[in-house]
Amino acid sequence: MTKPSNKPVDELVPIFFMGKRYDVPASLTIQKALEYAGYQHIRGCGCRGGVCGACGTVYREPSSYKLQVGLACQTVVEAGMHLMILPYYPGNRSIFDIEKMKGTGSEIAALYPEIFKCIGCNACSQGCPMDIDVMHYMAQAIRGDVSGAAETSFDCIMCGLCASRCPAEEVQFNVAILARRLNARYGKPRAKHLAVRVKQVEDGVFEEPLHDLMKLSTDELKQLYRDREAEPQMAEDDWTPQDARYV
Amino acid sequence: MPYPEQLKKLMEKVVSTRSARVERKKKNEEFPALKLEERDPVLRNFHPDFIKGTRREIKVGPSKGYSISNEMVDILEAKSRVNPELVDLTKPDYETDVLVIGAGGAGTAAAILAAENGAKVLIATKLRHGDANTMMAEGGIQAADKVGKDSPYYHYLDILGGGHFVNDPELVYTMVSNAPDALRWLEGLGTNFSKFEDGRMKTMHGGGTCRKRMHYAADITGAEIMKTIRDEARNHIDMIDVIEFCPAVEIVLDESGRCAGAILYNLETSEYHYVKAKAVIIATGGSGRLHIQGFMTTNHYGATADGIVMAYRAGVPISFLHTVQYHPTGVVFPEQAEGILITEKFRGAGANVLNVHGEQFVYEREPRDVEAACIIRECSPEGRGNGVPTPTGKFGVWLDSPMIDLLKGEGTVKKEFPGKSILFRRFGIDISKEPMLIHPTLHYQNGGLDINSKCETNIPGLYAAGEVAGGIHGENRLMGNSLLDVIVFGRIAGKCATEYINKAGELGKPGLEHVKRYNEEVEAAGIEQDRIAPMLLPDYSNPEVREKQLTKDYFGTLS
Repeated sequence: MTKPSNKPVDELVPIFFMGKRYDVPASLTIQKALEYAGYQHIRGCGCRGGVCGACGTVYREPSSYKLQVGLACQTVVEAGMHLMILPYYPGNRSIFDIEKMKGTGSEIAALYPEIFKCIGCNACSQGCPMDIDVMHYMAQAIRGDVSGAAETSFDCIMCGLCASRCPAEEVQFNVAILARRLNARYGKPRAKHLAVRVKQVEDGVFEEPLHDLMKLSTDELKQLYRDREAEPQMAEDDWTPQDARYV
Repeated sequence: MPYPEQLKKLMEKVVSTRSARVERKKKNEEFPALKLEERDPVLRNFHPDFIKGTRREIKVGPSKGYSISNEMVDILEAKSRVNPELVDLTKPDYETDVLVIGAGGAGTAAAILAAENGAKVLIATKLRHGDANTMMAEGGIQAADKVGKDSPYYHYLDILGGGHFVNDPELVYTMVSNAPDALRWLEGLGTNFSKFEDGRMKTMHGGGTCRKRMHYAADITGAEIMKTIRDEARNHIDMIDVIEFCPAVEIVLDESGRCAGAILYNLETSEYHYVKAKAVIIATGGSGRLHIQGFMTTNHYGATADGIVMAYRAGVPISFLHTVQYHPTGVVFPEQAEGILITEKFRGAGANVLNVHGEQFVYEREPRDVEAACIIRECSPEGRGNGVPTPTGKFGVWLDSPMIDLLKGEGTVKKEFPGKSILFRRFGIDISKEPMLIHPTLHYQNGGLDINSKCETNIPGLYAAGEVAGGIHGENRLMGNSLLDVIVFGRIAGKCATEYINKAGELGKPGLEHVKRYNEEVEAAGIEQDRIAPMLLPDYSNPEVREKQLTKDYFGTLS
């Protein structure tokens, strides 16, 4: 197990980074290929695992007129590709107070009235490296379907490529996170058990048992640890333990 | 790339044992877990922490004599990036009440709480807001909130057992007691936790838990939390400023030894800036990008232990850094995804871990250090030599994700693990039909800066929260407790730092004398090296190219 090495293990292929040619190993992702070429990324590199949205990339292959999108950390290079990483895209964001919202579609419309300018061209969906149906969640937002927009956009990494493609100048990713927050807060019932447990903690219900544990010797703790009653893997949520003293 | 023929052939053995394993699982018949006393020998023989020659005593600073990984000592025994004589502290470039260094989960939670308590906040971060290990955490967040079956009492016991009973009791008590409120806070901010229709949180097991208390948002829990709290911080636009691509490189102290801000380094203009602040919260996260022992890592690009370096220089002791967490399941094939985290939630959902013969060799929900050591034992030639060989000459074991659909219904993998389904689909692998090939990977910094339950360090006005701090997890963290750690202690740090500045009075003259002294101490200890720290960014550039990069002061790792 060694750290990522850039040793060429296979043939070199030409790629054109912002128009400039580099010959890189054919098996590398765009991100690692640029490092192989000598770059130390500052912008355009984040989690290196496809979830943070830092390395949205647009590219074209010689065989097709189509503009392609991907994440630099996830997309393997192809011979002759021309590419550019788009580490940032300007996007206006509306301020709101989550406590004062109600979770309705009209609140999204009030904060982002430009959603109604959507012309349904679907360029945003085609430009999404996460294969999210962006146009669909925008349509859901326009219809006031908050939960629909929230669910459709759940995997959004907020890279901004959708906004970069939009002829109607939408900032889809900010609309999407508003829908998700509203839906989580107001579209679903709050967890009652959570509120009850918070109250119990505030009332000091667990103070004594916890402080008793804190005073125990390691051997005494080990014994209690061994004796823990395990909730079975396939148990339903309403499973209860034999020993109910501390629960 | 999809699995090549040789791996498809080996995979047949997994398929041949699968239906029997699923039947046993349905009857709650599990592969026997190791007893407490059986854990030690396997750790001593196969956990990377115990390999001879991989640690050494640090020769300088407040924890002089403490033996930790060579890579960490290397950066602690390095000199400052700045010449203290050249920095003009008389004209601050920025002034704020609270400076938060790092914009991951802990830093963002701290900023929100400080702002809500009336403090002006400046967040300085190396990359973008949200670029952090929090964003990459997948499996979930623990909290003992199921009334009638779980309680902070059992959460405490699980944490102690996972951490080898050496955790700081006060910190563990603080975390388990505040866990339900942390969850309630996140729920209120609009975090999309997976729930039942009636609003009850869905919860699962993690390694080392006796109750199902891992809450999740599909398999991108950390990203969901990070996106939500980042969005919330952006709602406090009048109180919270964020400066991106400006990592802090040194803490500034006033003449009485109180924290008086920090020096930032602008990655794009190469300027150094002085931020004058009444209190500083260090939330710089972990250190996976040090590649301890050459291990690949699941960590974020920026995880280079910057906060440890600068606080240590300023005089904050460190502890529990002698253990490092290797996540049992990192991708080992396809090579393009090497090191990427495969969430423990797969095992929590019932997926077995299997060797080259398609046999179980370990209970899949051992604490992480034990699970990782058992996998290394299975793979290594000095151990059992039952690893699955990859096309690039490495070894791994199978993680049998297709079992989950058989246990919980067709479509469960796709629904519960959308992130990993997309990742593997890009390589032509359907993880609801084919297992994943995994090997332990460098994942978490178990220890760090010494703090108390108010996130205070020994320096007045200097706070630390999240992965950069040590003690909560003892010698081994359990899954779902790092997201909890960053939220609980981030919030505490934000609140306590604000309380501190309200009664701290005016700062004295700011200085960097401690940096000068540290540089002299490094020299006096006879440490011969030309390293500077914090390293800020790992350098993966091609060595052949590097040899031709003749400008001496290009930023980044000077190796």
